Amino acid sequence: MNELLEILKGQTFFQGLGEQHVRLLTAGASLRTFRADETLFREHEEATAFYLVRSGRVALESRLPGRRAETFMTLGPGEVLGWSWLMPPYRWHYSARALDETHTVHFDAPVLHDCMDRDPVLGYALYQRFAALIVQRLQAARLQAMDIYGGGDVGLGG
Amino acid sequence: MSVSVAEMSVHEPMAPVPWRILEVRREVADGEVFTWRLRPESGDAPEARPGQFNMLYLFGVGEVAISVSAMGEDGSLVHTIRAVGSVTRTMQGLKAGDVVGVRGPFGSAWPVAEAEGRDLVLAAGGIGLAPLRPVIHGVLARREAFGRVLICYGARSPRDLIFRDELAQWQARDDLDVRVTVDRGTADWRGDVGVVTQLIDRGGFDGRNAVAMVCGPEVMMRFSALSLHRRGVAPQRTFVSMERSMRCALGFCGHCQIGPHFVCRDGPVFPYPVMEPAFRVHEL
Amino acid sequence: MWPEGRDRGDVLRVIDPQALGRLIQLLADDGYEVVGPSMRDNAIVYDRLAGVADLPIGWGDEHGPGHYRLRQRDDQALFGYVVGPHSWKKYLFPPRETLVRVLRRDDGGFDTQPGEPEPPRRAFIGVRPCELAAIGIQDRVFLEQAVRDRAYEARREGVFLVAVNCAEPGGTCFCASMGTGPRTESGFDLALTEVIEGDIHVLVIEAGSEAGEAMLQRLDHREAGEAECTAAERVWREAPERMGRVMPGDAREVLGKALEHPRWEQTAERCLSCANCTLVCPTCFCAQMEELPDLEGKTSERVRHWDSCFNGEHSYMIGGPHRSTVAARYRQWLTHKLSTWHDQFGSSGCVGCGRCITWCPVGIDITEEVAAIRATGPGKAGGQGA
Repeated sequence: MNELLEILKGQTFFQGLGEQHVRLLTAGASLRTFRADETLFREHEEATAFYLVRSGRVALESRLPGRRAETFMTLGPGEVLGWSWLMPPYRWHYSARALDETHTVHFDAPVLHDCMDRDPVLGYALYQRFAALIVQRLQAARLQAMDIYGGGDVGLGG
Repeated sequence: MSVSVAEMSVHEPMAPVPWRILEVRREVADGEVFTWRLRPESGDAPEARPGQFNMLYLFGVGEVAISVSAMGEDGSLVHTIRAVGSVTRTMQGLKAGDVVGVRGPFGSAWPVAEAEGRDLVLAAGGIGLAPLRPVIHGVLARREAFGRVLICYGARSPRDLIFRDELAQWQARDDLDVRVTVDRGTADWRGDVGVVTQLIDRGGFDGRNAVAMVCGPEVMMRFSALSLHRRGVAPQRTFVSMERSMRCALGFCGHCQIGPHFVCRDGPVFPYPVMEPAFRVHEL
Repeated sequence: MWPEGRDRGDVLRVIDPQALGRLIQLLADDGYEVVGPSMRDNAIVYDRLAGVADLPIGWGDEHGPGHYRLRQRDDQALFGYVVGPHSWKKYLFPPRETLVRVLRRDDGGFDTQPGEPEPPRRAFIGVRPCELAAIGIQDRVFLEQAVRDRAYEARREGVFLVAVNCAEPGGTCFCASMGTGPRTESGFDLALTEVIEGDIHVLVIEAGSEAGEAMLQRLDHREAGEAECTAAERVWREAPERMGRVMPGDAREVLGKALEHPRWEQTAERCLSCANCTLVCPTCFCAQMEELPDLEGKTSERVRHWDSCFNGEHSYMIGGPHRSTVAARYRQWLTHKLSTWHDQFGSSGCVGCGRCITWCPVGIDITEEVAAIRATGPGKAGGQGA
C-alpha cells in the first residue's frame, strides 16, 4: 500500500491531488506486469480499468475487418492508458499489447467510480486530468493524420 | 572578359563557385533522400556552423537552399537533400565526381554554446534531423560540457527514417537518450508509434535548465515548442529553424521575409519568441 | 559632398529655362547618358534626353486613385508635372539583368563571368525629392547590408543627379507627411526649382556637391532678382500645403499591431493582386532569379528580374504558396512598406510619391487604408505585431 502511494505521488499525472485523494486511489490500485507481446485488453471488451505505465511500452492497436491489427500509437513510462472506463458503453475502443516487458499500475474502474460518486471533488479532479489527456491524444492523432512530413514543408532540405 | 573564379566570387556574391561531389549516399530505400559530401574544386570548404545553409547550384536548372548536415573530414561539407522540387529531383541523378555550384555558408547558427552546462533537448521532424545533426556531432565531441542530452526524432514511417546507422550508434550510447517514433508503423516495426511531441511529453529532463532546438515542419515545431514549454523549457531558450523561399540568400530579393526578419540573414535559426507571431498569424 | 553649414540665406542663383539645354549638352559632352522625363504613350516617362525639346514642355498631369491623365498647361513649364509610371529604379535596379554568366567546361566544371558589360554613366535630370529619398532607400538595401549588391553598385556609382523641387504637388502626393519633400535639401548634385509667376520664368539652381558646383559654373547663371526671390520663396512655402493626401504619422505602430485586423480581408475584395503598385513603387526591390541555359547547354545565365509580393510564385514553397490569399499578400505589401521596413533598414519604405494610388486599377489608397485601420484599433483583442 505504502509502495503504491509513493509510486502514485511521484507521477506527473496525479500531481496536485491532495494526499488523501491519492490514498483513495491506491484502494483500487495494484501493480501488474506484462511480458513482451502479452495483451492488456482487447477491443470491445468491457473497460473495467485504466493503467499507468511505469516502465516498458504498450502498443495501442486497432483492427479493421479483413486487415491486420495496426498500431496507431505507443505509450511509454509515465503515460496513462485508457479512458473508456469513464463513460458508456464502458467498452474498450482499441486493443493494447505490451511491446517490451511492461510494469504498470492497474486501477480498478468499479472501485474508482464508487470513490468518485462518494467524493465529487476527487471525481472532478480525475475528470480534469482525463479531459486534458483526451485533448492531448486528440491533438496527437490529428497531427499524425495530417501527414506533416509529406509533400510540403521540407525545411531547408529540398 | 574572363575573371578567375576566386575573383568572381569576391566581386559577385551571386556567382556560384564550383565544388566537386566526393560521395553520394542514399538515406532512404527509394532514394528520395540522399546525402552529398562535397568539396570546393580549389581550396578547403569555408567553415560552416551548425544550422547554416548553402545555396547549391545546378547548371541549367537553378539554385536551392540546403542546410549543412555535417562537417566532413578533409575540408568537405555534407548536405542531405530531399528530392521534392525540380532542382532537387535533378540532383538525385548526380554522382561522385560531378561538379555543382555552391554559394555560402549563410545564415545564423544553432546556439550550441548556450547549452553548455545545461540539459539539451533536440526535437527533429522528418528531414529536420539533418540540420540538427551537426549539433549532435559537436556535442558528442565535447560530451562532458553538456548535461543530459535528449534527442526526439519523428518521421512519417520507418522507411522515412534517415541516418539509421548513426541513429543506432547514438541509441547504443548511455550518455544519450534517443527516442524515435513514426506516425505510422509497419507490421515489423517495434519502435514507438505516435507524434514526436509525445516523446517530449515523456519528460526525463530538467526543463527549467534546458536548451531546446527544434527543426521540422512548422506545425511540428509549433506543437513541439508547446510541449517543451509545458515541461518548463524557457521560450527564449527554445530555438527553431525556419524556412522560406530562398533566392539570393543575401537579403536583396525579399522572398524569405517573415515579418521584419529575413530568414537568409537573420535566420534560419531563431529564438522561439521572435518567431511566435509566424506560428500564430495565418500566412504571415 | 557639400560642406555642412551652407547658409540657406545665401544668394539665390537662377538660369533661364533654355539653359537647361546647355546643361544636357555639357553632360553629354562629359560622357554621361542623360535621361529624364519625356512624353510617350500619353504618359510622362523616363527616357534619353538629347535636348530641352525632349522634355514635356507645357504639359501637366492629373493624379487620382486609379486615375492618370496628361493635360496641357497654359504656360511653357519644363517640369509642370510630378511623377509618371517609371521611377529611377528602372536604371539602377533594372527590370531584368543578367548577374552571372556560367560557362560549362569539358571536364564537367564551370567558369563564371560577369553577366553584363559595364553600365554607362548616367545623368538623371528631374529627380523629384520623393524620388531622391527613394534612391537613398534603395541604396540602404543594396549597398549597406553585410554584402553589397554588385550590380546595383555598378549602376549607382557616378550618377549625376539633377533634382527638381515640386511647385505643384500632385493629387495623390503625400511626401510632406513622409518627410521626403516637396523640397530637397541634400543628396543631389544640382537642384532646380522652376518659378513661373507673371513675366517671370526662371529655374533657381542650387549646387549640392562639388561636382554640381563645378557644372553650375559652366552654365550661364546670374543672381536672382528681388521679384524672382519672392516668387521662389512663395513656391517653397506653399508647395507643402498643396498635398493631395496625408499619411498618419504613426503608420508604423498602427500597422505593427494590426496583423489580424479585418481590414485586410475587406481590401482584399477590391485588390486584383495585379502587382501594379509594386511595379511603379520606387523602393520595391523584390526580385526573382531565373536560370537561362542556351540551347546547346554550353552557357547559362543567372538572371534577376523584378518580382512582386503579390505574385503567387513569390511565397512559393514546396506544397504551395505560403501566402495563398490576397489578404495575406496585401498585408505583406503594406506592413512591409510602412512598418517592418523600419526594423530592416531604419526608415519607412514609402516616400509618399503616390504612384501606387494613381496606378492601382481599383484606386486603393494606402493613406486611406492606414487611416481606416487606425480608426478602428487593432481589430482583435491582443493582436500583436511581429
